[in-house]
Amino acid sequence: MAGKLFQLKIISPDRIFYEGDVNMVEFTSSEGDIGVYADHIPLTTVLVPGIMAIHEENGIKKAAVHAGFAEILQDKVVVLAEIAEWPDEIDINRANEARIRAERRLGGISGEQHINLLRAELSLKRSLTRIKLLS
Amino acid sequence: MASMRDIKRRKESIQSTEQITKAMKLVSTVKLQKAKTRAEHSRPFFDMMYDTVRTMLAKSANINHRFLNAGNSPKKAIIVITSNRGLAGGYNSNVIKLITKGEIPKEDIVVYNIGRKGREAFTRNGIAIAKDYSEVIEHPIYSDAMHISETVLKAFTDNEIGEIYLAYTGFKNTVVHVPTLIKLLPVDRNMGKDSGLDTVLMNYEPDEEEALDVIIPKYVTSLIYGALIESAASENGARMQAMDNATSNADEMISDLALKYNRARQSSITQELTEIIAGASAIS
Repeated sequence: MAGKLFQLKIISPDRIFYEGDVNMVEFTSSEGDIGVYADHIPLTTVLVPGIMAIHEENGIKKAAVHAGFAEILQDKVVVLAEIAEWPDEIDINRANEARIRAERRLGGISGEQHINLLRAELSLKRSLTRIKLLS
Repeated sequence: MASMRDIKRRKESIQSTEQITKAMKLVSTVKLQKAKTRAEHSRPFFDMMYDTVRTMLAKSANINHRFLNAGNSPKKAIIVITSNRGLAGGYNSNVIKLITKGEIPKEDIVVYNIGRKGREAFTRNGIAIAKDYSEVIEHPIYSDAMHISETVLKAFTDNEIGEIYLAYTGFKNTVVHVPTLIKLLPVDRNMGKDSGLDTVLMNYEPDEEEALDVIIPKYVTSLIYGALIESAASENGARMQAMDNATSNADEMISDLALKYNRARQSSITQELTEIIAGASAIS
């Protein structure tokens, strides 16, 4: 699949997570899954926890990206991710535990505070993303 | 003149102090290297964040957003970053001076404190501390910053505080550290003006206002995180300098005392000799 390449940069607070020329990148924004090729219209969009698939010239790389936003320009995409992980950095047992914990909290009493509910939901989403990426 | 024994004791005590300061200097040098690398690694994220927010503000100057307007409350929250340990020269007191000698009246300040030294100083000065996160400064991670910014932003949206400031020590390089006080919220609208950034027509998804809702908290978080990391680097830099000074001062004192000791030794020998000779001549 030869297409026009563009520059992709994924930056997390601790490091430059990824930098390179890619064909296409897929990720989950707050409005739904989107795929970006070169010459996309300029767009700034908010990320939600999801798998980011990076289509390089020879193969696809996948990573889990939680929260952040992406700035899409015609020849360049910059992703500011608050947390980003490669599959080999994820601990499946921990993710499973986190999922169970979050599910319990969500299924628990509804008298809980709204903010805690939101947090549990987010952590459930994060753990599900991690599990999905590994399976 | 002090006796030989006194001088010797004093010299030995200074020597052992010197050993401590030397060791502390080495430790903080190593820590500084680590903290410096971290600071350098986090900078691209921070710069990018800053640019993005600036571009957004440049294009949405007319938006009326709650994060762009000061709250009604006269209270001003200040997130203050100091260290848990002392012996770092003026590092802590410089930051604390920003608050106690600053322009903001004491009564209106609510401190969100990070670092034990700051807590001690504010308690002494009668400045209100809302929350204390002293444990994070030893090894700041991003989720700490997320947690802190969540707490302050909640106080801001609940109208408990009207403005949010951040006081920390900026890390210019190994020897230059600048105590800094910046305003986090409301975000300065003029930040986007005259930026000379390319004016590509940017689209936002969801719309601008909602995007601001999400991005401004992240911006605040990244500033707090950056400040934590830079402060950690500055702390070690300041301690390294302070300990370097202490070591060279100790060296100076030791050589001074060595000289005095030798003089005292010489004079006691001379005295003994004189006594012996005097004694001998008295007998013969």
